[in-house]
Amino acid sequence: MSLDTLPRAARNNHRRARPPGHRWRSRFDVKAMPYALVSPYFLLFAAFGLFPLAFTLYYSLYDYDLAGTVEWTGLGNYTALLGDEDFWNAVVNTVGMFILATVPQMILALLLANALNKRLKLRLAIRMSVLLPLVTSVVAVAVVFTQLYARDWGLVNWVLSGLGVDKTNWRAERIPSWIAIATMVDWRWTGYNAIIFLAGMQTIPRDLYEAAAIDGASRRRQFWQITLPMLRPTMIFVVLNSTIGGLTLFSEPTTFYNGNVDGGSQGQFQTVAMFIVKQGFREFDYGYAAAAAWLLFLLILIGAAINFLFVRRIGGTR
Amino acid sequence: MMISKRRGGLAAASALAAAALAVASCSSGGGTATGSSSAPASSAAAEPVTIRVQTFGGGTNFGYKNAITKWNAEHKDIQIKEEHLTDQFEQQYWPQMIQWLQAGNGAGDVVGIDEGGMGLAKAHPEWWADLKEFGLESRKADFPAWKWENGVTADGKLFGLGTDIGGMSLCYRADLFKKAGLPTERDKVSALWPTWDEFMNVAKTFQSKVKDTKFTDGTNTLYQVVLYQEAAKNGNVTYFDKDNNLIVDKNPAVKAGFDFATKMSQQGLTAKLRNFTDEWAAGTQKGAFATVGCPSWMLGVVSGNAGDGGKGKWDVASVPGGGGNWGGSWLAVPKQSKHPKEAAMVADYLTNAQTEASIFADFGNMPSNTKAQQDPAVQGAKNEFFNDAPIGEIFAKSASSLQPVFLGVKHAQVKNAIESVIQGMDDGSVPYDKAWQQLVDDAVKAAG
Repeated sequence: MSLDTLPRAARNNHRRARPPGHRWRSRFDVKAMPYALVSPYFLLFAAFGLFPLAFTLYYSLYDYDLAGTVEWTGLGNYTALLGDEDFWNAVVNTVGMFILATVPQMILALLLANALNKRLKLRLAIRMSVLLPLVTSVVAVAVVFTQLYARDWGLVNWVLSGLGVDKTNWRAERIPSWIAIATMVDWRWTGYNAIIFLAGMQTIPRDLYEAAAIDGASRRRQFWQITLPMLRPTMIFVVLNSTIGGLTLFSEPTTFYNGNVDGGSQGQFQTVAMFIVKQGFREFDYGYAAAAAWLLFLLILIGAAINFLFVRRIGGTR
Repeated sequence: MMISKRRGGLAAASALAAAALAVASCSSGGGTATGSSSAPASSAAAEPVTIRVQTFGGGTNFGYKNAITKWNAEHKDIQIKEEHLTDQFEQQYWPQMIQWLQAGNGAGDVVGIDEGGMGLAKAHPEWWADLKEFGLESRKADFPAWKWENGVTADGKLFGLGTDIGGMSLCYRADLFKKAGLPTERDKVSALWPTWDEFMNVAKTFQSKVKDTKFTDGTNTLYQVVLYQEAAKNGNVTYFDKDNNLIVDKNPAVKAGFDFATKMSQQGLTAKLRNFTDEWAAGTQKGAFATVGCPSWMLGVVSGNAGDGGKGKWDVASVPGGGGNWGGSWLAVPKQSKHPKEAAMVADYLTNAQTEASIFADFGNMPSNTKAQQDPAVQGAKNEFFNDAPIGEIFAKSASSLQPVFLGVKHAQVKNAIESVIQGMDDGSVPYDKAWQQLVDDAVKAAG
């Protein structure tokens, strides 16, 4: 726009001032290069993100038998899903396990981060060790926990029976199975979230605390009035991340039932992700599974929105 | 200019793809590299071919360990590599296999198919290589007619060769029987339970004497045994009739199996373990139960799960209520195999009379090959693990009288749904009085 206001002669002079090849190259550098540099991500996203997304949406409108016929059904899969008890069972399980896992996880991670934020000996080593559970493979974690929670020879039942509590069948009862899986999730992810919280805490200016200390605010008060409010952006990130992870929970509950996506004999801990795999690849009802995947997407959006609104209020000055 | 540029890009891409393929084939054939170097110079020109044999099942599963070692020593140019994928057929192996077959990539050169998958396999001739092309039509005389015909699709394509067959027995722990004051010798044990009612009485006696061990593994194994026995009396069908209509609520065989499982569970005679899970395998090893329903192939599963510690403790008795045909598998060659000819040779070898007879002797999987069944070595076979039980006598006699059981296209899904209800009844998540209705409902849903 501004160039157009220049006299034509001036513009021509300006053009002649540079050799033609150079002009072309610099234009390329400025205009095309950034796109070329960011393109690998977008190409990969198109191939492994966008295409499956569109493909799934397309086939969610079909009655697509993975080992047979393909027939148009429109929104039939969606209406069938909304009336499918098993789907709602999976939704309840997923949300239940998400809440059971996430609430203690957030609190623990915050406390842990707060502790790590102090002056400690071997600070780096301790901070790194918090990340160790994350490095272990989820299957290894699940195998160990599966044995801990075994009905007959499990450590947890052994300890409980020592305390006079009856043997719990962790795979057969709904709430115990949720607890078992929630502990698996927490073991793996609490440290990870703590490290992110810690990073957030370190961006909070020291002088805020110093000023508060001079004003006579206790450690606890500083935590509530400074750390938490200042940490809100980090918290929003962590909570959204956990929402996505928690609502797509798959590996832990699957391994907990011997690699079976039924999630217990009566779907006691079948999550929506397991339901999708079961419909798509056990019952070969691919269209139905695709529709369920889109409903899961919606569920995550709703969950993320609720959590966002919730976290925004945390630590707010009333 | 444009075109040549694009061609260049294509060429580069295909070169890359070729390189990737070369790397992939090198890594998959890695096991045979040493084999080729020691091969005679005359055959050095031909690349050694690796035939991947994919199997499922617990314990020693198909029992191919020794047979493959033998073949690999004799055939430097064709090497067999067994890939045991998982213990569970319906829930893991078969769904995975269907994906590979549909995608046209991933399946082995020879794949095992349980009877429960044969309905679907037959319905998809496009997945399979026609073994007639490799001259295997000549094997027809080796198998009972039903075993052979189940490996032929409606349009006459021969795709599967029979491996083992069912037959029934009961495996029991002699040491635990002794603890309960019951007879331990197999003939006397067999005499304890001519009928399932008497079996139940023995179970109750056992349970009253022994507290920390349950009489049987869970509801599912014995449910299957009764189901297949009763199926033989009810037109040889289980969940589907021969037109593929769901008949779960109409077939008395299903109800009989269900009722028996319910009774066992209500009386507290089961260890509440679901068969083919890790906990079940651990239970076998740790002696959590004293009996388990044993079709012939289950002998290998039990001995494999129990390990050396169970040797001599286990024994085999006859099953109450007569024969039945639970289980048995086929070997097929997927069309996607790059070496169908060699794969057909391997399938031929693994199902020939000699191999099937030696598998029976080593692991207990009853041959479907009739020549193997008549082999004196099979007739007189004893199983060391099971206290030298005369398994030839126990299984081979009934082998020729076994009836084929028809299983529908969606058998695997319905079976899984029904087993989940029966297991749920045992673990307390399905009330006994609602279990039957739920079984029917879930079966309808799974067949849907």
